[in-house]
Amino acid sequence: MARVNTDFIDEVRRSDGFDATACMHCGQCTAICPMGLDLLPRRLFFYVGAGLEDKVIENLETIFSCLLCRLCEENCPRDVHIAEDVRFLRNYINRKVHKLARI
Amino acid sequence: MPLPIAPLLGFLSDNLTKRRSVMPMSSRKTTRWAAGLDIPAGGETVLYTGLMYQIIPALTSSEKTMSLVQDSWVGQLLSFGRTVNRFVNLTSFMPPADRQEQKRYDQYLRNIVQLLRKAGVTEFGYLYGSELYTGALVRDLGVDDAFEQHARKVHKMLDRQGVRRVITVDPHTTDMLRNVYPKLVPGYNLEVKSYLEVLRESEARPKNRLESEAVIHDSCLYARYLDTVEQPRRLLEKAGVTARDPEFSGKMTFCCGGPVESLFPDKAGEIAGRRIKQLAEAGNDVVTMCPICLHNLEKAASGNGVSVRDISELLLQAYGG
Ligand code: SF4
Ligand code: SF4
Repeated sequence: MARVNTDFIDEVRRSDGFDATACMHCGQCTAICPMGLDLLPRRLFFYVGAGLEDKVIENLETIFSCLLCRLCEENCPRDVHIAEDVRFLRNYINRKVHKLARI
Repeated sequence: MPLPIAPLLGFLSDNLTKRRSVMPMSSRKTTRWAAGLDIPAGGETVLYTGLMYQIIPALTSSEKTMSLVQDSWVGQLLSFGRTVNRFVNLTSFMPPADRQEQKRYDQYLRNIVQLLRKAGVTEFGYLYGSELYTGALVRDLGVDDAFEQHARKVHKMLDRQGVRRVITVDPHTTDMLRNVYPKLVPGYNLEVKSYLEVLRESEARPKNRLESEAVIHDSCLYARYLDTVEQPRRLLEKAGVTARDPEFSGKMTFCCGGPVESLFPDKAGEIAGRRIKQLAEAGNDVVTMCPICLHNLEKAASGNGVSVRDISELLLQAYGG
């Protein structure tokens, strides 16, 4: 059962590194993404928006699979900064899961 | 077995913080491309290689090591390796880079210097052993602390050398120095242009018309991060090269797979294979403008009858003369 983590929501809201609020979940990004992963990037943003930190961490490999190529952004009708958002999640995981730097 | 992402990230970021590069190399190796070119040391305007063309041939040999990481017991050892790596430079135990490959990549840098000079751009220096890698890979992987610390180091070095303008040779270094560093480093104020932009703005005149065709593989960074799509095409057209665009091109270009090479080499190979197919449909002579694209696409092209070349080689045939 996925758990809503309010600390996670707070951290994401506070940061200027993540912003997918304009996303309307049309799925064009996922359709064009060369990686062809069901989760990348739309469903990932859905999990973040819903505060499902467990789900985000569970899908760590997918998050590190993104090419940061921005092909999705070129096609996003809402100009979401998708690659930067993915990078934010990597940094979040590196701090919270990989313990690579300050928490 | 889950991928040992954390140890690998730790390994790369430790290398960056302790040895100032993800792939530490001696300055003898990183600067020998410039031998005999008489580029002045330092100056207000410098050609900044960011070590990318020098690191790639070294990666070819370490990839064998890295792909072992993906699906074997070596991955488990790496967590141990990271601790050791803090004290001993593990990279120095990796197989040495292929001499021929290193020479070939060095030649691209020499091509670029000659192209600039032929275009009348002669007032630039080079930082030789002081030059530093920008940390792009570590930033891409989200290790922001190590990256930011490193970026400040790079800025300090540039400041101390009195550098005001840089001419870059690859898109990753260009993006870091032009788009990323200014947001991070207080007081950062450098003018950053890639050699393709500099050549395009110059009076470069081709000495030979090539009367050929080339399929352009735009780098994701040049196309979507740096708005550099038109310059390489204009330079080629002026030289009599008809630029052929593959299915995904310009702003809609398709990645070479390189960015996931360090963590998922199999996936990187798969993407490169798909890209080569798209390119081959437009023609057999492919040009790239990023050492990572070049490396990945070349690997995927072997045996496909497609040749992949760095754009500097083609441009030099026309503008060198
Ligand atoms: S294309 Fe843009 S708006 Fe559509 S789902 Fe992706 S991020 Fe959201
Ligand atoms: S930036 Fe990432 S999510 Fe977007 S198309 Fe490229 S690989 Fe897919």
